[in-house]
Amino acid sequence: MTTGAPTSEVNAPGVRNSAPRVHLSSLDTLWFQVGGTLCNLTCTHCFISCSPTNHTHELMTLAQIRPYLDEAVRLGVREYYFTGGEPFINKEMEEIIRETLRVGPVTVLTNGLLLDPARCDRLAALSAHSEYSFDLRISLDGYNAETNDAIRGEGTFDRILSGVEHAGAVGINPVLTVTEVHEENGTDDGRRRFLRLLAEIGIDRPRLKILPVFKLGAEAERTGGYQGWEALESGAADTWSHLQCSSCRMVTDLGVWVCPILVNEPSGRMGDRLADTLDGFPLDHPACWTCHVHEVSCRT
Amino acid sequence: MSDARKIPAHRGMATWGERLVPLDDFREAALGFGRLLRAEERVSAISAFVAADADPTPVEGPYERVAVFGGIYSNTHALVALLENAAQRGVEAVYCLGDFGGFGPNPEKVWPLLEAGGVRSIQGNYEESLASGRTDCNCGYADPRDNRFADLSYRYTEQSCSMGFKAYMGGLPQRRRIRVGTSELLLVHGSPRRINEFLFESTSPVPFLETMCAEIRADGFLCSHTGLHWHRALPSGCDVVNVGVIGRPANDGRTDVWYTLLSAERDGMGVEFVPLAYDHLALADEMRRAQLPEEFVRTVLTGWWTTCLEVLPARERAASAH
Repeated sequence: MTTGAPTSEVNAPGVRNSAPRVHLSSLDTLWFQVGGTLCNLTCTHCFISCSPTNHTHELMTLAQIRPYLDEAVRLGVREYYFTGGEPFINKEMEEIIRETLRVGPVTVLTNGLLLDPARCDRLAALSAHSEYSFDLRISLDGYNAETNDAIRGEGTFDRILSGVEHAGAVGINPVLTVTEVHEENGTDDGRRRFLRLLAEIGIDRPRLKILPVFKLGAEAERTGGYQGWEALESGAADTWSHLQCSSCRMVTDLGVWVCPILVNEPSGRMGDRLADTLDGFPLDHPACWTCHVHEVSCRT
Repeated sequence: MSDARKIPAHRGMATWGERLVPLDDFREAALGFGRLLRAEERVSAISAFVAADADPTPVEGPYERVAVFGGIYSNTHALVALLENAAQRGVEAVYCLGDFGGFGPNPEKVWPLLEAGGVRSIQGNYEESLASGRTDCNCGYADPRDNRFADLSYRYTEQSCSMGFKAYMGGLPQRRRIRVGTSELLLVHGSPRRINEFLFESTSPVPFLETMCAEIRADGFLCSHTGLHWHRALPSGCDVVNVGVIGRPANDGRTDVWYTLLSAERDGMGVEFVPLAYDHLALADEMRRAQLPEEFVRTVLTGWWTTCLEVLPARERAASAH
């Protein structure tokens, strides 16, 4: 780990003139970095290096979120995602969910550690009072304690599954979200093991989403980061409509960013308000290559 | 945990990519990026972004009463029942929002019924894919469990349809406009912007639908694709209706399928979802003879979906049996 201002090509924006531009076709998905980069875990594959002490992005307040919801309504946003860091370390999280569920469906990405039975009861009540879907995604990175805990931290496997169980017990059936940090996680056999794990704790309709890893932040430190050839060129695809950034934006306490991935790249910031960010964006970061090749999507 | 010690404490520092920089340096760099519009520019940026598109599609009608349905999925028994039921109710026209095949047996038998019934259709993703020689249905599923059964259905349908039927599909429009009473409605398969977009009730919020209705310059639109029917009357007065499908039950534990009746009323448009009983036992027999997956047969016999469930939003999934 080096310190000081970055100088590599990866971090210097605008140096690759051949990078294609992605056009924002509609603003369907609005993300909030509601937990900032603050987390009660310090996972070794976190692409934005979240930890209990990472204040790169701070927790967001409901008062900060409200003007974006107003703007989102005018832009016809379809769905809202909350992430961090860990969203539930934000004391206002449930109030934020309640207000957002008035204007659209909500998905919260969580590590599951703070999903105690009382909180799950309250979340189930919030869900029942909305005409829109409320969904939880809970992250797990191995189908046993050994492989998961090596990434997410000692003892987390059992605590995560407890969170899943508590959610399931009140009728919230979370999507288990697994990265390919271990290659076997995404194989047919790996998928079967995760699904069986959910069935064993009483989830009768197990839901699973597999995501690639982004070689940024802690993950870059762990595995060496992107190679020079992992970059998009104009003409690599007819359209870029398969990329999330063609229909999403991310809001943090520092403003509006192109996508949930590039929030630790200053050049990923597009403006103060959603209206500032309706233009296209240059796909000049190697992480854009991961989204393109793996067709990364927030859909299940 | 040997890796944990590699991750530094962030006190006073920010991560810029994989580097650690002083927090203030990161924030200063970030705030240097991005556009900053003036208040009035923001208003016009939003207006331009959600501006209406011109659409030369001719308007059919006006009608007093029409039947609209989607997703035949080769269920000829339900299609016959629908044509009889709609005629009894005195409809002036019958519209199909696409997906003639998939799921059920003997897709070619749908064609003469469509012709005989004078059904006015648009393409679904199935018709678009079959007519253009695609190797998959382009249903839009993301989960491999959904795609496995989608692939089985498509391969069977692709092999069982004649070139003539595929050419007929290729000649259909992808959108129509109709007038029911005073309401002008756009007819699409998935959504006004994508043939395979899933518009489920719990993930199609009012502001999203209002924006879509403004963009298409209509009093609302009719769609299908998901297999679940719903109607949202918007505060603006527009109506969005997912007309459902007649090819398989609506995941509600009944063997009936559903279609939609639209009627001109004094103050707007009436929307009625009509349950349709048909000879589902005969359909199940034919599916077994065609060696279609037993999972599909179970859906016909129980009214509960057994496949393509992962695409459902949390709300709709919670209401499922499987």
